[in-house]
Amino acid sequence: MKKTLILTTALVSLGFAANADVTVMSWGGAYGAAQTEAHVKPWAAATGNAAVMVDADNPAQPIKAMVEAGNVTVDVASLEYADAVRLCDEGVLEPIDAAMLTPAPDGTPAIDDFFPGAVTECGVSTDTWANVYAYDTTKFPEGAAPTTAADFFDLAKFPGKRGLRKGAKAVLEFALMADGVAPADVYATLDTPEGVDRAFAKLDTIKADVVWWEAGAQAPQLLADGEVVMTTAYNGRIFGAAIEEGKPFQIVWDGQLYENELYVVPKGAPNKDLAMDFIKFATSTEGLRAQASHISYGPPRKSANAEKLMYKDGKTEMGPHLPTSPENMTNSLLTSSDFWVDHDSELNERFQAWLSQ
Amino acid sequence: MAEAATELLTTADGRPLKAALAAAQSRAKRRAFLLVLPLLLFVLLTFLVPIGYMLKRSVEHDGFSSSAPALDAWFTENPGFDPANPPEEAYAALVSDLARMQVEKTTGMAGTRINYTVPGTISLFKQGAREAKDLVAPFKESLLALDPEWGKPALWRGMSAASSPYTAEFYQVASDRKLTDDGWARGGDKDRIYLYLFFKTFLISGLITVICLLIAFPVSHLLATLPMAKSSLLMILVLLPFWTSLLVRTTSWIALLQEQGIVNDLLVGIGLISEDGRLTMMYNMTGTIVAMTHVLLPFMILPLYSVMRVIPPSYARAARSLGATSWTTFRRVYLPQTLPGIAAGSLLVFILAVGYYITPALVGGADGQLISNLISFHMSKSNWSLAAAIAGMLLVAILLLYWLYDRLIGIDRLKLG
Amino acid sequence: MTVEPRNDAFVAFEHVQKSYDGVSLVVKDLNLMIGKGEFLTMLGPSGSGKTTCLMMLAGFETATHGEIKLDGVNINQVPPHKRGIGMVFQNYALFPHMTVGENLAFPLEVRGMGKDEREAKIRRALDMVQMGAFANRRPAQLSGGQQQRIALARALVFDPKLVLMDEPLGALDKQLREHMQFEIKHLHENLGITVVYVTHDQGEALTMSDRVAVFNDGRIQQLAPPADLYERPENSFVAQFIGENNKLLGTIEELSGDKALVRLATGELIDATAVNVKEKGGKTLVSIRPERVEFKPEMMPPGAHTIDAEVVEIIYMGDILRAVLKVAGSDDFVMKMRNTLGQTKLVPGQKIKVGWHPQDARALDP
Repeated sequence: MKKTLILTTALVSLGFAANADVTVMSWGGAYGAAQTEAHVKPWAAATGNAAVMVDADNPAQPIKAMVEAGNVTVDVASLEYADAVRLCDEGVLEPIDAAMLTPAPDGTPAIDDFFPGAVTECGVSTDTWANVYAYDTTKFPEGAAPTTAADFFDLAKFPGKRGLRKGAKAVLEFALMADGVAPADVYATLDTPEGVDRAFAKLDTIKADVVWWEAGAQAPQLLADGEVVMTTAYNGRIFGAAIEEGKPFQIVWDGQLYENELYVVPKGAPNKDLAMDFIKFATSTEGLRAQASHISYGPPRKSANAEKLMYKDGKTEMGPHLPTSPENMTNSLLTSSDFWVDHDSELNERFQAWLSQ
Repeated sequence: MAEAATELLTTADGRPLKAALAAAQSRAKRRAFLLVLPLLLFVLLTFLVPIGYMLKRSVEHDGFSSSAPALDAWFTENPGFDPANPPEEAYAALVSDLARMQVEKTTGMAGTRINYTVPGTISLFKQGAREAKDLVAPFKESLLALDPEWGKPALWRGMSAASSPYTAEFYQVASDRKLTDDGWARGGDKDRIYLYLFFKTFLISGLITVICLLIAFPVSHLLATLPMAKSSLLMILVLLPFWTSLLVRTTSWIALLQEQGIVNDLLVGIGLISEDGRLTMMYNMTGTIVAMTHVLLPFMILPLYSVMRVIPPSYARAARSLGATSWTTFRRVYLPQTLPGIAAGSLLVFILAVGYYITPALVGGADGQLISNLISFHMSKSNWSLAAAIAGMLLVAILLLYWLYDRLIGIDRLKLG
Repeated sequence: MTVEPRNDAFVAFEHVQKSYDGVSLVVKDLNLMIGKGEFLTMLGPSGSGKTTCLMMLAGFETATHGEIKLDGVNINQVPPHKRGIGMVFQNYALFPHMTVGENLAFPLEVRGMGKDEREAKIRRALDMVQMGAFANRRPAQLSGGQQQRIALARALVFDPKLVLMDEPLGALDKQLREHMQFEIKHLHENLGITVVYVTHDQGEALTMSDRVAVFNDGRIQQLAPPADLYERPENSFVAQFIGENNKLLGTIEELSGDKALVRLATGELIDATAVNVKEKGGKTLVSIRPERVEFKPEMMPPGAHTIDAEVVEIIYMGDILRAVLKVAGSDDFVMKMRNTLGQTKLVPGQKIKVGWHPQDARALDP
């Protein structure tokens, strides 16, 4: 009798272990909450598996430490593009077979449905955020408002101070696009000394009127305080200020740079197969649309942007606010991680020297 | 008598007196040592070890040397090779290392190391590593066909230097020097930034120290001479900024001094300046100096106060009674006695200002950048060795100043409170 | 040497009052004339106003009312550094960052004196206090007594006509203090300067001064040469503050001229000299110095009243014997006897009669 009890207990706990939670690690805050609501809870409900969300300041660091220590407790993690590529190169992540991803509702294979660069060797993109510029609508009435990247540099037509992030990345590309370089040629141009000179020459035209910001929260604050009439910013910050706080901010979707955020599976994840299933579920057209209804980062698949998408408040249409909406992508550029790992240090030195001249 | 004194003295039970004394004292010494041991370990672990580690990082990086054994060996055997035209064996070693990197997934690490001195190398290495197993002899031609960049003399110089884990190259970079095809040389005018920022950082820190001193001196004097009740209140006002977060203090200055800020609103309001003539006091050097002076002021006031508090008023009275005017009394009697406090406060403020980072980052704008902002930038990009090299140079500069200070004023005259 | 108040006094306080808080007076209507070359001591308990008077004279405090004159000139509005008064402070106030020589040079430099003249004066001042070899030392390297001498030399080096000393010997041990008292007195006599000296040590005041001003409660209680102060105190405060003193409380029984007959509370009659008692039947406090009390009838004037006493204790002090007696109901009456050959031995419990010359018993305000 006693023996049976012990055996039963052991069997029950074994069964429980087999049904263990899938652990997803993300960035916390509004972003983590959006993924919990859009991916973690619906997947658990649909498959009957348990799933939990844990937070980290930057999941890339704990993931790498876990794999190196051989004690991996996370199944899925959300990483920035550059980290996902680097960790993949270092062999920390499981490769993901693109063929297993959910096809679009019309049957298009996932690899053709995702935007270029959204699926990598070890990661699948969940959303796209952009470095955009926004202006204060009270300063520029409709009809006389800036509409292009070139307008940002036109002090005669649109007088007032500009806000720019203090750093070379994204600023140099933006300057080149404003100067008329086609998005496809930006990195080729920037790879030459003449191209770099051209970008700085463009920045020279507004240098005296720039307020430089460093932390993401500073940009909408500068705009709200009236310190600048337009500023570059992360699109989610402007969306938050405009929709949640009702600030008179308008994003100009021209010459912006976008980047992908990806789901990855660390090497040695305890539930690797379930993790792959979770990613398949979360990066389906519906899964991506669900996340985009919680936060203004765009779903990186064509099919997910085909239909009208509403914000969770039920009255705001997300389309105009997403970096991935077709009408917003007409003149935009995917940030090149490869270019910046090669040139970040070098161009930043040049940028700092230019700043202090 | 003299012999008696040199004779070995013994205790009552015949032990030599010296040994008995040493034994009696050693117990007390052991106990005293055990008491300070935790502090010693604490200082060692939290201060000396990290600094030592930082200095080690500034001269050590094995990202390339550990992942390219064939090339390491070749460089060791051929120290005098011509970087402009390396022979086939060198290319063969390179290709075999690239193939190994692809298998061991060390391409990124190796490329990153070379990229510090030869920008653009990471993607070059990645591409080379991917293709390495398909390359055929002669490797020189096949690799150059893949990308002519592989023939750059600067690249070969960089790889040769990186084949040892120990290098002074990070200090070269931090001194505004660049690795060219002909070796290390002064960087172009458009790229030189580190030495300029070092100079600027020291200049600004010096200026902030002087401003702090000018403000702190009368305040400390007041604190030291006011009756207790009033001076306690004033002391609270001095310390109040200490009790609020640095970020809050810095953003308050933004709210006050920005173009649409309170001070400008007030000046426009009373008609002192026109709406178009609003002063730019934020996001530039002015803002940096104002905010940093405010943040660092207590570090000047406290040592000054502690020195002034113990200067009896009778010195000033004595000087006056001896015929000195109040100015002479201040200059020749009071001021010299506050010197230890001035020195301590200035040293504190200066060293803190040199390393300040958050305030210039937030309010500095284009010309309010200091060297610490660049250290932070390189740390955020995981370029630890360059960050450590800049920090190492900063450390040496401060130690030099400290030495100079010791020579001029004397460390023993330092009074921190 | 008695200096009478006169119009050509070197230092003069005229109706000086001082208040710090506007509520109470620390100095109440002070009138004091100090003659040229005089050594005047201000003596009193702490809080009696003596230091305040010195500070007003030096210029560190301003008089709330009244005039302070130096050499006939009103100096109320003259700042301290223009008064030309030398001052020695309680803790010497030697500048710690200067050598002894630099300390002494300081008053000469601020007067714009040339280097040669300066050095001659410094040498002379240091020699004067026997510190000639110490010019290059720092104050911290000197003993208390040496610092004292330097402070003195610094106060004198610029030849001030008036030197103020604020308890200058307070920090020294007894032996050194007595030695320095002698030296200061000596310097005063040799240099012919005027000294105003503040102390709470009555021994110091009596040894050094030409005149002593006893301060209490913001007023001068008595201004007199030391001997007068000790032997002829004019009120009971001075009598008790200066020296040891026996006091007997009683009522005036008879009063004729300065002779008074006093009846003690316990009924005995004693002789006394009337000092500041006005009428028969008034209360009085009779003060008698212990060394003037006699117990041998042959030492008393004929017909003197005696009173009964009982020996409580005999204390042997070497040069004198101190007898504590029970007199008129209290047992703290002291009699001092010289330890001479053949001195009568008293033993505790012994009953004796004590008496004194009437001029030694002073009937004062109660």
